[in-house]
Amino acid sequence: MPGVEPREVIIIGSGPAGLTAAIYCARADLHPLVLEGEPSSNSDQPGGQLMLTTEIENFPGFIEGIMGPELMANFRAQAQRFGAEIETVKVSRVDLTERPFKVWVGDPSQSDPTYSAHSIIVATGARSLMLNVPGESELLGHGVSTCATCDGFFFRNQPIAVIGGGDSAVEEALFLAKFASSVTLIHRRGELRASKIMQDRARAHEKISFLWNSVVTEVIGDSRLRGLSLRNTVTGETSTLEVGGCFIAIGHSPNTDLFRGQLNLDDAGYLLTHEGSRTNIAGVFACGDVQDSNYRQAITAAGSGCMAAIDAERYLEGVSV
Amino acid sequence: MSASTITITDNTFDEQIASSSTPVLVDFWAEWCGPCKMVAPILDEIATEQSSRVTIGKLNVDDNIRTAQRFEVMSIPTMILFKDGEAVMRIVGAKSKSALLADIEAHL
Repeated sequence: MPGVEPREVIIIGSGPAGLTAAIYCARADLHPLVLEGEPSSNSDQPGGQLMLTTEIENFPGFIEGIMGPELMANFRAQAQRFGAEIETVKVSRVDLTERPFKVWVGDPSQSDPTYSAHSIIVATGARSLMLNVPGESELLGHGVSTCATCDGFFFRNQPIAVIGGGDSAVEEALFLAKFASSVTLIHRRGELRASKIMQDRARAHEKISFLWNSVVTEVIGDSRLRGLSLRNTVTGETSTLEVGGCFIAIGHSPNTDLFRGQLNLDDAGYLLTHEGSRTNIAGVFACGDVQDSNYRQAITAAGSGCMAAIDAERYLEGVSV
Repeated sequence: MSASTITITDNTFDEQIASSSTPVLVDFWAEWCGPCKMVAPILDEIATEQSSRVTIGKLNVDDNIRTAQRFEVMSIPTMILFKDGEAVMRIVGAKSKSALLADIEAHL
Protein backbone atom coordinates (compact mmCIF):
# COMPACT_ATOMS: atom_id res chain seq x y z
CA MET A 1 0.00 0.00 0.00
CA PRO A 2 1.48 3.32 -1.06
CA GLY A 3 0.29 5.17 2.06
CA VAL A 4 2.47 3.20 4.48
CA GLU A 5 5.73 5.06 4.04
CA PRO A 6 5.28 8.84 4.35
CA ARG A 7 6.77 10.87 1.50
CA GLU A 8 8.98 13.84 2.25
CA VAL A 9 6.86 16.11 0.10
CA ILE A 10 3.65 15.78 -1.89
CA ILE A 11 2.80 18.47 -4.43
CA ILE A 12 -0.89 18.85 -5.25
CA GLY A 13 -1.34 20.41 -8.68
CA SER A 14 0.76 20.57 -11.85
CA GLY A 15 0.58 24.04 -13.36
CA PRO A 16 3.63 26.29 -13.53
CA ALA A 17 3.70 26.57 -9.71
CA GLY A 18 3.40 22.86 -8.91
CA LEU A 19 5.87 21.71 -11.55
CA THR A 20 8.45 24.38 -10.66
CA ALA A 21 8.15 23.24 -7.04
CA ALA A 22 8.66 19.67 -8.33
CA ILE A 23 11.83 20.62 -10.24
CA TYR A 24 13.33 22.32 -7.18
CA CYS A 25 12.25 19.58 -4.72
CA ALA A 26 13.59 16.85 -7.01
CA ARG A 27 16.94 18.61 -7.36
CA ALA A 28 17.05 18.92 -3.55
CA ASP A 29 16.67 15.11 -3.31
CA LEU A 30 13.25 15.31 -1.66
CA HIS A 31 11.78 12.72 -4.10
CA PRO A 32 8.58 14.70 -4.63
CA LEU A 33 5.33 13.04 -5.57
CA VAL A 34 3.18 15.24 -7.82
CA LEU A 35 -0.55 14.49 -7.85
CA GLU A 36 -1.22 16.24 -11.14
CA GLY A 37 -5.01 15.96 -11.45
CA GLU A 38 -7.12 14.24 -14.09
CA PRO A 39 -8.02 15.09 -17.70
CA SER A 40 -10.91 17.53 -18.17
CA SER A 41 -11.91 20.25 -20.60
CA ASN A 42 -11.66 23.06 -18.09
CA SER A 43 -8.56 24.45 -16.42
CA ASP A 44 -8.82 21.86 -13.60
CA GLN A 45 -6.55 19.43 -15.46
CA PRO A 46 -2.88 18.36 -15.53
CA GLY A 47 -0.87 21.38 -16.66
CA GLY A 48 -3.55 23.83 -15.48
CA GLN A 49 -4.85 26.94 -17.18
CA LEU A 50 -2.07 27.14 -19.78
CA MET A 51 -3.37 23.91 -21.32
CA LEU A 52 -6.30 25.92 -22.70
CA THR A 53 -4.20 28.71 -24.19
CA THR A 54 -2.36 29.05 -27.48
CA GLU A 55 0.71 31.24 -27.85
CA ILE A 56 2.43 32.44 -24.65
CA GLU A 57 4.33 35.57 -25.61
CA ASN A 58 5.47 36.85 -22.22
CA PHE A 59 7.19 33.85 -20.62
CA PRO A 60 10.84 34.91 -20.45
CA GLY A 61 13.32 32.84 -22.41
CA PHE A 62 11.12 32.11 -25.41
CA ILE A 63 11.95 34.84 -27.88
CA GLU A 64 9.27 33.89 -30.43
CA GLY A 65 6.76 32.68 -27.83
CA ILE A 66 5.72 29.10 -27.10
CA MET A 67 2.41 27.21 -27.11
CA GLY A 68 0.89 26.85 -23.63
CA PRO A 69 0.54 23.03 -23.73
CA GLU A 70 4.09 22.68 -25.07
CA LEU A 71 5.46 24.87 -22.27
CA MET A 72 3.71 22.70 -19.69
CA ALA A 73 4.99 19.50 -21.33
CA ASN A 74 8.48 20.96 -20.98
CA PHE A 75 7.95 21.78 -17.28
CA ARG A 76 6.73 18.22 -16.71
CA ALA A 77 9.60 16.54 -18.58
CA GLN A 78 12.11 18.71 -16.72
CA ALA A 79 10.63 17.70 -13.34
CA GLN A 80 10.74 14.03 -14.37
CA ARG A 81 14.35 14.34 -15.52
CA PHE A 82 15.32 15.06 -11.90
CA GLY A 83 13.25 12.20 -10.54
CA ALA A 84 9.90 13.79 -9.65
CA GLU A 85 7.22 11.10 -9.55
CA ILE A 86 3.96 12.15 -11.22
CA GLU A 87 0.58 10.46 -10.75
CA THR A 88 -2.43 11.36 -12.94
CA VAL A 89 -4.92 11.37 -10.09
CA LYS A 90 -7.10 13.95 -8.42
CA VAL A 91 -6.93 14.52 -4.67
CA SER A 92 -10.32 14.02 -3.04
CA ARG A 93 -9.50 14.78 0.60
CA VAL A 94 -6.67 15.94 2.85
CA ASP A 95 -6.19 15.74 6.62
CA LEU A 96 -3.68 18.31 7.82
CA THR A 97 -4.61 18.06 11.50
CA GLU A 98 -1.97 15.47 12.34
CA ARG A 99 1.45 14.47 11.11
CA PRO A 100 2.34 12.98 8.77
CA PHE A 101 -0.28 14.77 6.68
CA LYS A 102 -2.77 12.48 4.93
CA VAL A 103 -3.92 12.62 1.33
CA TRP A 104 -6.71 10.65 -0.34
CA VAL A 105 -7.41 10.06 -4.02
CA GLY A 106 -10.56 8.37 -5.26
CA ASP A 107 -13.22 7.61 -2.66
CA PRO A 108 -12.78 10.22 0.12
CA SER A 109 -14.77 8.17 2.63
CA GLN A 110 -12.12 5.45 2.86
CA SER A 111 -10.58 5.34 6.31
CA ASP A 112 -7.00 4.80 5.15
CA PRO A 113 -5.37 7.61 3.17
CA THR A 114 -3.79 6.87 -0.20
CA TYR A 115 -0.60 8.77 0.65
CA SER A 116 0.99 10.52 3.58
CA ALA A 117 3.76 13.13 3.70
CA HIS A 118 5.85 15.20 6.07
CA SER A 119 5.21 18.32 4.01
CA ILE A 120 2.67 19.38 1.41
CA ILE A 121 2.86 21.98 -1.32
CA VAL A 122 -0.57 23.17 -2.46
CA ALA A 123 -0.61 24.31 -6.10
CA THR A 124 -4.19 23.58 -7.10
CA GLY A 125 -4.63 26.82 -9.05
CA ALA A 126 -7.91 28.40 -10.07
CA ARG A 127 -10.79 27.54 -12.36
CA SER A 128 -12.96 29.60 -14.71
CA LEU A 129 -16.04 31.23 -13.27
CA MET A 130 -19.37 30.69 -14.99
CA LEU A 131 -22.18 33.23 -15.46
CA ASN A 132 -24.76 31.24 -13.48
CA VAL A 133 -27.69 32.46 -15.59
CA PRO A 134 -30.59 30.43 -17.04
CA GLY A 135 -29.70 28.34 -20.09
CA GLU A 136 -25.96 28.40 -19.54
CA SER A 137 -25.40 24.87 -18.21
CA GLU A 138 -27.86 23.33 -20.71
CA LEU A 139 -26.02 24.90 -23.65
CA LEU A 140 -22.48 24.25 -22.45
CA GLY A 141 -20.86 22.32 -25.29
CA HIS A 142 -23.70 23.37 -27.62
CA GLY A 143 -22.49 26.88 -28.33
CA VAL A 144 -21.47 27.99 -24.82
CA SER A 145 -17.79 27.37 -24.14
CA THR A 146 -14.99 28.21 -21.73
CA CYS A 147 -12.26 27.13 -24.16
CA ALA A 148 -11.78 29.26 -27.28
CA THR A 149 -8.84 27.18 -28.46
CA CYS A 150 -10.90 23.97 -28.25
CA ASP A 151 -14.15 25.17 -29.76
CA GLY A 152 -13.52 28.32 -31.82
CA PHE A 153 -13.13 26.26 -34.99
CA PHE A 154 -16.81 25.22 -34.94
CA PHE A 155 -18.03 28.80 -35.22
CA ARG A 156 -16.46 29.65 -38.56
CA ASN A 157 -18.29 32.56 -40.22
CA GLN A 158 -20.72 32.92 -37.31
CA PRO A 159 -21.22 35.84 -34.92
CA ILE A 160 -19.61 35.13 -31.54
CA ALA A 161 -19.76 36.82 -28.15
CA VAL A 162 -16.98 36.86 -25.58
CA ILE A 163 -17.95 37.76 -22.01
CA GLY A 164 -15.34 39.48 -19.84
CA GLY A 165 -12.89 42.37 -19.83
CA GLY A 166 -9.54 41.00 -18.69
CA ASP A 167 -6.55 39.70 -20.60
CA SER A 168 -8.05 36.25 -21.12
CA ALA A 169 -11.27 37.69 -22.56
CA VAL A 170 -9.38 39.92 -24.98
CA GLU A 171 -7.02 37.09 -25.91
CA GLU A 172 -10.00 34.86 -26.67
CA ALA A 173 -11.67 37.59 -28.73
CA LEU A 174 -8.52 38.02 -30.83
CA PHE A 175 -8.19 34.27 -31.31
CA LEU A 176 -11.86 33.82 -32.22
CA ALA A 177 -11.76 36.72 -34.70
CA LYS A 178 -9.73 34.38 -36.95
CA PHE A 179 -12.79 32.15 -37.41
CA ALA A 180 -15.87 34.23 -36.65
CA SER A 181 -17.79 36.62 -38.87
CA SER A 182 -17.78 39.04 -35.93
CA VAL A 183 -16.82 39.05 -32.27
CA THR A 184 -18.67 41.12 -29.68
CA LEU A 185 -16.85 41.62 -26.42
CA ILE A 186 -19.43 42.07 -23.66
CA HIS A 187 -18.16 43.67 -20.49
CA ARG A 188 -20.03 44.72 -17.38
CA ARG A 189 -17.88 47.81 -16.93
CA GLY A 190 -17.19 50.84 -19.13
CA GLU A 191 -13.53 50.00 -19.73
CA LEU A 192 -11.35 46.93 -20.07
CA ARG A 193 -9.08 45.58 -17.36
CA ALA A 194 -6.83 43.93 -19.96
CA SER A 195 -3.25 45.08 -20.54
CA LYS A 196 -2.65 48.01 -22.88
CA ILE A 197 -1.05 45.92 -25.64
CA MET A 198 -4.00 43.49 -25.73
CA GLN A 199 -6.55 46.33 -25.68
CA ASP A 200 -4.83 48.10 -28.58
CA ARG A 201 -4.87 44.91 -30.64
CA ALA A 202 -8.56 44.33 -29.99
CA ARG A 203 -9.57 47.91 -30.75
CA ALA A 204 -7.61 47.83 -33.98
CA HIS A 205 -9.28 44.59 -35.13
CA GLU A 206 -12.01 45.19 -37.70
CA LYS A 207 -14.09 42.16 -36.63
CA ILE A 208 -14.14 43.01 -32.91
CA SER A 209 -16.71 45.37 -31.38
CA PHE A 210 -17.52 46.21 -27.76
CA LEU A 211 -20.70 46.26 -25.68
CA TRP A 212 -19.98 48.21 -22.51
CA ASN A 213 -21.82 48.17 -19.17
CA SER A 214 -23.69 45.05 -20.19
CA VAL A 215 -24.44 41.79 -18.42
CA VAL A 216 -25.89 38.55 -19.75
CA THR A 217 -29.20 37.71 -18.07
CA GLU A 218 -30.09 34.58 -20.07
CA VAL A 219 -28.56 32.21 -22.57
CA ILE A 220 -31.12 31.41 -25.28
CA GLY A 221 -31.29 28.28 -27.43
CA ASP A 222 -32.82 24.85 -27.95
CA SER A 223 -30.46 22.15 -29.17
CA ARG A 224 -27.89 24.86 -29.84
CA LEU A 225 -27.16 28.43 -28.80
CA ARG A 226 -29.22 31.11 -30.59
CA GLY A 227 -28.54 34.27 -28.65
CA LEU A 228 -28.04 36.14 -25.40
CA SER A 229 -30.37 38.34 -23.38
CA LEU A 230 -28.53 41.41 -22.17
CA ARG A 231 -29.15 44.19 -19.71
CA ASN A 232 -27.38 47.52 -19.69
CA THR A 233 -26.26 48.17 -16.11
CA VAL A 234 -26.41 51.97 -16.53
CA THR A 235 -29.68 52.50 -18.41
CA GLY A 236 -31.44 49.27 -17.40
CA GLU A 237 -32.30 48.72 -21.07
CA THR A 238 -32.63 45.09 -22.18
CA SER A 239 -31.71 43.65 -25.56
CA THR A 240 -31.03 40.41 -27.40
CA LEU A 241 -27.85 39.60 -29.30
CA GLU A 242 -27.94 36.79 -31.86
CA VAL A 243 -24.80 34.67 -31.65
CA GLY A 244 -23.79 31.14 -32.62
CA GLY A 245 -21.10 30.90 -29.97
CA CYS A 246 -20.57 32.40 -26.52
CA PHE A 247 -17.21 32.22 -24.78
CA ILE A 248 -17.01 32.96 -21.07
CA ALA A 249 -13.88 34.56 -19.62
CA ILE A 250 -15.09 36.44 -16.54
CA GLY A 251 -12.34 35.48 -14.17
CA HIS A 252 -11.34 32.71 -11.85
CA SER A 253 -12.07 31.13 -8.52
CA PRO A 254 -9.34 29.42 -6.46
CA ASN A 255 -9.49 25.62 -6.08
CA THR A 256 -9.50 25.59 -2.29
CA ASP A 257 -12.55 23.46 -1.43
CA LEU A 258 -10.23 20.64 -0.33
CA PHE A 259 -8.64 22.82 2.32
CA ARG A 260 -11.63 24.75 3.68
CA GLY A 261 -11.73 24.49 7.47
CA GLN A 262 -8.06 23.44 7.66
CA LEU A 263 -6.10 26.20 5.95
CA ASN A 264 -6.86 29.91 6.34
CA LEU A 265 -8.55 31.50 3.34
CA ASP A 266 -9.32 35.10 2.48
CA ASP A 267 -12.85 36.31 1.76
CA ALA A 268 -12.60 35.33 -1.91
CA GLY A 269 -11.42 31.83 -0.99
CA TYR A 270 -7.72 32.26 -1.79
CA LEU A 271 -5.20 30.56 0.52
CA LEU A 272 -3.51 33.00 2.86
CA THR A 273 0.29 32.79 2.96
CA HIS A 274 2.90 34.62 4.98
CA GLU A 275 6.73 34.78 5.02
CA GLY A 276 6.99 33.43 1.51
CA SER A 277 4.78 30.41 0.92
CA ARG A 278 3.89 29.44 4.50
CA THR A 279 0.26 28.69 5.40
CA ASN A 280 -1.20 28.60 8.91
CA ILE A 281 0.00 24.99 9.30
CA ALA A 282 3.77 24.48 9.59
CA GLY A 283 4.89 22.13 6.82
CA VAL A 284 2.07 23.07 4.45
CA PHE A 285 3.04 25.55 1.74
CA ALA A 286 1.06 27.17 -1.06
CA CYS A 287 2.08 28.62 -4.40
CA GLY A 288 0.60 29.84 -7.68
CA ASP A 289 -2.90 31.11 -8.39
CA VAL A 290 -4.47 29.27 -5.44
CA GLN A 291 -2.88 31.95 -3.20
CA ASP A 292 -2.58 34.83 -5.67
CA SER A 293 -5.57 36.87 -6.80
CA ASN A 294 -3.34 39.75 -7.84
CA TYR A 295 -0.65 38.84 -10.40
CA ARG A 296 -1.86 35.46 -11.74
CA GLN A 297 0.87 35.04 -14.36
CA ALA A 298 2.66 31.84 -15.40
CA ILE A 299 5.98 33.42 -14.41
CA THR A 300 4.80 34.59 -10.97
CA ALA A 301 3.25 31.15 -10.36
CA ALA A 302 6.53 29.49 -11.32
CA GLY A 303 8.45 31.89 -9.06
CA SER A 304 6.20 31.15 -6.10
CA GLY A 305 6.57 27.41 -6.79
CA CYS A 306 10.31 27.81 -6.43
CA MET A 307 9.76 29.66 -3.13
CA ALA A 308 7.50 26.89 -1.83
CA ALA A 309 10.09 24.23 -2.68
CA ILE A 310 12.85 26.13 -0.88
CA ASP A 311 10.56 26.75 2.12
CA ALA A 312 9.65 23.05 2.23
CA GLU A 313 13.29 21.99 1.99
CA ARG A 314 14.24 24.28 4.91
CA TYR A 315 11.27 23.08 6.92
CA LEU A 316 12.21 19.42 6.39
CA GLU A 317 15.83 20.16 7.41
CA GLY A 318 14.52 21.55 10.69
CA VAL A 319 12.31 18.58 11.61
CA SER A 320 13.60 15.05 12.05
CA VAL A 321 12.08 13.10 9.21
CA MET B 1 -0.94 -7.41 -31.65
CA SER B 2 -4.28 -6.58 -30.09
CA ALA B 3 -6.80 -4.19 -31.60
CA SER B 4 -6.07 -0.50 -31.84
CA THR B 5 -8.16 2.50 -32.85
CA ILE B 6 -9.59 2.86 -36.36
CA THR B 7 -9.56 6.02 -38.46
CA ILE B 8 -12.96 7.28 -39.60
CA THR B 9 -13.55 9.86 -42.35
CA ASP B 10 -16.56 11.61 -43.92
CA ASN B 11 -16.45 9.07 -46.74
CA THR B 12 -16.16 5.94 -44.61
CA PHE B 13 -18.29 6.89 -41.59
CA ASP B 14 -21.60 5.21 -42.54
CA GLU B 15 -19.95 2.04 -43.80
CA GLN B 16 -17.70 1.69 -40.74
CA ILE B 17 -20.53 2.25 -38.26
CA ALA B 18 -22.86 -0.15 -40.12
CA SER B 19 -20.32 -2.94 -40.52
CA SER B 20 -18.90 -2.95 -37.01
CA SER B 21 -19.60 -6.06 -34.95
CA THR B 22 -19.21 -4.07 -31.73
CA PRO B 23 -20.48 -0.63 -30.66
CA VAL B 24 -18.20 2.16 -31.92
CA LEU B 25 -17.10 5.11 -29.79
CA VAL B 26 -16.22 7.89 -32.23
CA ASP B 27 -13.75 10.45 -30.90
CA PHE B 28 -14.11 13.83 -32.65
CA TRP B 29 -10.69 15.44 -32.24
CA ALA B 30 -8.16 17.83 -33.76
CA GLU B 31 -4.43 18.40 -33.63
CA TRP B 32 -4.83 21.85 -32.03
CA CYS B 33 -7.06 20.68 -29.16
CA GLY B 34 -5.20 20.27 -25.85
CA PRO B 35 -7.87 18.27 -23.99
CA CYS B 36 -8.08 15.90 -27.02
CA LYS B 37 -4.41 15.10 -26.53
CA MET B 38 -5.07 14.20 -22.90
CA VAL B 39 -7.82 11.80 -23.90
CA ALA B 40 -5.99 10.16 -26.84
CA PRO B 41 -3.74 7.82 -24.80
CA ILE B 42 -6.70 6.82 -22.61
CA LEU B 43 -8.73 5.87 -25.70
CA ASP B 44 -5.75 3.90 -27.05
CA GLU B 45 -5.70 1.90 -23.82
CA ILE B 46 -9.45 1.30 -23.89
CA ALA B 47 -9.21 0.20 -27.55
CA THR B 48 -6.68 -2.46 -26.59
CA GLU B 49 -8.20 -3.58 -23.31
CA GLN B 50 -11.85 -3.64 -24.45
CA SER B 51 -11.26 -4.70 -28.07
CA SER B 52 -13.86 -7.48 -27.97
CA ARG B 53 -16.56 -5.13 -26.62
CA VAL B 54 -16.08 -1.68 -28.17
CA THR B 55 -14.29 -0.21 -31.17
CA ILE B 56 -12.67 3.20 -30.84
CA GLY B 57 -12.94 5.32 -34.00
CA LYS B 58 -10.93 8.52 -34.47
CA LEU B 59 -12.46 11.29 -36.57
CA ASN B 60 -10.33 14.36 -37.26
CA VAL B 61 -12.75 17.32 -37.42
CA ASP B 62 -10.34 19.45 -39.48
CA ASP B 63 -10.49 16.95 -42.33
CA ASN B 64 -14.04 15.69 -41.77
CA ILE B 65 -16.17 18.67 -40.89
CA ARG B 66 -19.25 17.23 -42.64
CA THR B 67 -19.62 14.41 -40.12
CA ALA B 68 -18.89 16.79 -37.23
CA GLN B 69 -21.65 19.11 -38.45
CA ARG B 70 -24.04 16.22 -39.05
CA PHE B 71 -23.81 15.32 -35.36
CA GLU B 72 -23.77 18.98 -34.26
CA VAL B 73 -20.37 18.68 -32.64
CA MET B 74 -19.52 22.13 -31.28
CA SER B 75 -16.91 21.32 -28.70
CA ILE B 76 -14.07 18.85 -28.73
CA PRO B 77 -13.25 16.33 -27.60
CA THR B 78 -16.75 14.98 -28.17
CA MET B 79 -17.17 11.21 -28.07
CA ILE B 80 -20.34 9.60 -29.42
CA LEU B 81 -21.15 5.93 -28.91
CA PHE B 82 -22.90 4.26 -31.84
CA LYS B 83 -24.73 1.02 -31.13
CA ASP B 84 -26.55 -0.81 -33.95
CA GLY B 85 -26.00 2.29 -36.07
CA GLU B 86 -27.70 4.64 -33.59
CA ALA B 87 -26.04 7.33 -31.48
CA VAL B 88 -26.83 6.17 -27.94
CA MET B 89 -24.54 8.32 -25.83
CA ARG B 90 -22.55 11.52 -26.09
CA ILE B 91 -19.64 12.65 -23.92
CA VAL B 92 -18.49 16.27 -24.25
CA GLY B 93 -15.11 17.14 -22.77
CA ALA B 94 -12.09 15.24 -21.55
CA LYS B 95 -12.50 12.85 -18.64
CA SER B 96 -10.44 10.40 -16.64
CA LYS B 97 -10.19 6.78 -17.79
CA SER B 98 -12.40 5.49 -14.98
CA ALA B 99 -15.11 8.07 -15.74
CA LEU B 100 -15.01 7.28 -19.47
CA LEU B 101 -15.18 3.54 -18.85
CA ALA B 102 -18.15 3.99 -16.51
CA ASP B 103 -20.01 6.02 -19.17
CA ILE B 104 -19.30 3.47 -21.90
CA GLU B 105 -20.00 0.46 -19.69
CA ALA B 106 -23.55 1.64 -19.03
CA HIS B 107 -24.36 1.26 -22.74
CA LEU B 108 -22.53 -1.93 -23.73
